[in-house]
Amino acid sequence: MPVDPSAFSFIPALAGGALIGAAAVLLLGLCGRIAGISGIVGGLMAPQRGDAAWRIAFVAGLMLAPLIYSTFAPISPVSVQTGHGMLVTAGLLVGFGTRLGSGCTSGHGVCGVSRLSRRSLAATATFMVTAFLTANMLR
Amino acid sequence: MKNRLQILSAAMVGVLFGIGLLIAGMADPAKVLGFFDTERWDPTLAFVMLGALAVASPGLFFLGRLRRSLLNGPLRLPDTRRIDRRLLGGSVLFGIGWGLAGICPGPALVLLGRAQDQAMLFVPAMLFGMALFQWLEQRRPRP
Repeated sequence: MPVDPSAFSFIPALAGGALIGAAAVLLLGLCGRIAGISGIVGGLMAPQRGDAAWRIAFVAGLMLAPLIYSTFAPISPVSVQTGHGMLVTAGLLVGFGTRLGSGCTSGHGVCGVSRLSRRSLAATATFMVTAFLTANMLR
Repeated sequence: MKNRLQILSAAMVGVLFGIGLLIAGMADPAKVLGFFDTERWDPTLAFVMLGALAVASPGLFFLGRLRRSLLNGPLRLPDTRRIDRRLLGGSVLFGIGWGLAGICPGPALVLLGRAQDQAMLFVPAMLFGMALFQWLEQRRPRP
């Protein structure tokens, strides 16, 4: 498989990944929660008393990240070539699927795999293979 | 007070998570889709996962043994072990959506924070999908 060298930079990839891992450790360590984005956001759909504020705070932090990041380093523009209908379809599938499957890339892929959860390993293998097949069928 | 500290922590951890995604390049859907491209493979995603697992594996392992959080709250760890149709079916649907646009929930919210046009379509659709799941779930007969 030919690698695209222009696109690939492994030090930021490892460093960024390490920060994501550190965030997962800190959220469990400080708040006692698994850092699964779909679970954190999904829990706001039927909020329990006293359980919504930390979720909103986390989401607000995540959304503020680009602003904070851009004060330290230039933020590179993103290129999304996906059409509008496709974006809506993808959003619906990601929202519904992550809730039905109890997790996404962060909850299953990072936290679950880290804990060697067989459930998360199965989920991660499933969504990685499905995403690969989907992306290649579109090409 | 403890609760306030938890909320403040959650906000700071959210920022850290988002900055991690930005440094890693994972807030760019094109780079994520590059990982699934067999003609011009971009291995970034694999290295991001490697970096995340290298920190999270030992960290979560030791925290799991503490039984309480550092702010002396409960650790809410999932205890389900069943690999069932819901887990796999949901993961298939998520995988299709992820493969279509290269956007998963974390990067979606970071992109929304940048007021990125496409995220303004993707995120409401994602929230609608989650709400739809919740609605169906509450109507599901319990055995």
